[in-house]
Amino acid sequence: MSYEKRFDGRSFDEFRPVEIKVGVIPRADGSAMFKIGKTVAIAGVKGPRELHPAHRRDPEKAVLNVYYDMVSFSTPDRVRPGPDRRDTELSKVIREALEPALLLDKFPYAGIDLFVYILQANAGTRCAAISAASLALAHAGIPMRDLVSAVACGKVGDKIVVDLTKEEEDYEEGATDVPIAIMPRTRKITLLQMDGSMTPEEAKEIVRKGIKACEKIAELQREALKSVFEGGNNE
Amino acid sequence: MNDYINDLIRENLRVDERDMLQYRNIKISTGVVKNASGSAMVEIGNTKVVAGVKFDIGEPFSDAPDKGVLITNAEFVPFAAPEFEPGPPDQYAVELARVVDRGIRESEAVDLSKLCIVPGEKVMMMFVDIYVLNNAGNLTDAASLAVIAAMKTARMPKVENGELLQNEVGEPLPVVRTPISVTVYKINGKLLIDANDREEQASSASLTVILDEDGIIHGMQKRGSGYITEQEFSDILEIVKNKYDELKSIVDKVVDDGAHEV
Repeated sequence: MSYEKRFDGRSFDEFRPVEIKVGVIPRADGSAMFKIGKTVAIAGVKGPRELHPAHRRDPEKAVLNVYYDMVSFSTPDRVRPGPDRRDTELSKVIREALEPALLLDKFPYAGIDLFVYILQANAGTRCAAISAASLALAHAGIPMRDLVSAVACGKVGDKIVVDLTKEEEDYEEGATDVPIAIMPRTRKITLLQMDGSMTPEEAKEIVRKGIKACEKIAELQREALKSVFEGGNNE
Repeated sequence: MNDYINDLIRENLRVDERDMLQYRNIKISTGVVKNASGSAMVEIGNTKVVAGVKFDIGEPFSDAPDKGVLITNAEFVPFAAPEFEPGPPDQYAVELARVVDRGIRESEAVDLSKLCIVPGEKVMMMFVDIYVLNNAGNLTDAASLAVIAAMKTARMPKVENGELLQNEVGEPLPVVRTPISVTVYKINGKLLIDANDREEQASSASLTVILDEDGIIHGMQKRGSGYITEQEFSDILEIVKNKYDELKSIVDKVVDDGAHEV
């Protein structure tokens, strides 16, 4: 049996409502909140600043440190505070999704610390984290080639869908998750992961649709970023 | 060194004179550790990885009460590379273990229902442990080969009165699919496979794709501080399809030939 109609009534190419706020943490050097459906990520940046321990300093560029974590009450079952193995992997792939966009060579020897917390989780958390993080980095004034925009795509039953919910991820006939991030101006892919089952043709279609959806997310990100600076509220 | 590699790659040449889509010499030995239920040593050029499978008894997860539990771990042994340090698994080791784990889990390579002893109470826990002994690049493909070879030659311990008899060899592990990863690297805008350690340093990005014998993809992982384009993604899918067959035939041959000593 096929997945005919999405649980929340969206069309298959449509992502959930997005809400973005830039500059939500006044004492961070840069910050942003990115909400997609019921998933909420909040990112804060400290730096560029002196990097410790000193042996990690790079004479050619700044080192980006990423800490991804989920708030203990962000999911139906409480998660233990602090990073687990999933968080460790996600911190790495989020860093590698952002690095292509950052002009890190402007700050040799320095460190840039990025913290992303998932306040509420309903699928697509790493992608929400990336979308929030690239805004926080831009808000912190880190020179960037482009924003990074992300959305989780995949397959629910036999249908290719954009922005799966938790309910869709748990679809009893199977679901496959493909988180994608791009630099929207050049459509270059900076994050691509997958677990599940699909044919190469399906994978190509998912990537194509993912890129399109990311471009739309990018428009919303740009608007949110502009509104902060144009409003004179960019402290 | 990176400039030298980049210059060569521009001409489709490699430091060790291989073709762009050519693996180094691959050697797989199974049954290398007698106390493991299954084990394999894989060498790809100078990269050396050993994987072992062990079983224990534990409780099933509540959402899969009649299935055994798979736990995958990777250890980067400090002598395997100058940059490896002692301590708990770092980001790279955790990522490697999770990528290999996903391939086994999502392809349902092992029939975990055969690992159930008392539904909801007692199942076999299957531990897949990967040790990197020498890192000369392309650890993911080496680990993936070591794990599938170890699993395909593994025999579960006998179960008696709900206890495992670790010294008594029982049934073969029911491995019903053959997930293998192929990692494609990007250097200087060109795609190649099986980067050695020096090429890995020069590589801006890579994509690991895990396939099974029907050409179905079960896992993907982009790595590195660079990007890939949509066109490169299509090209990568073509490359991995051909290379999977090559790796699968090596695994099949080793498994059919029975145990090999190191």
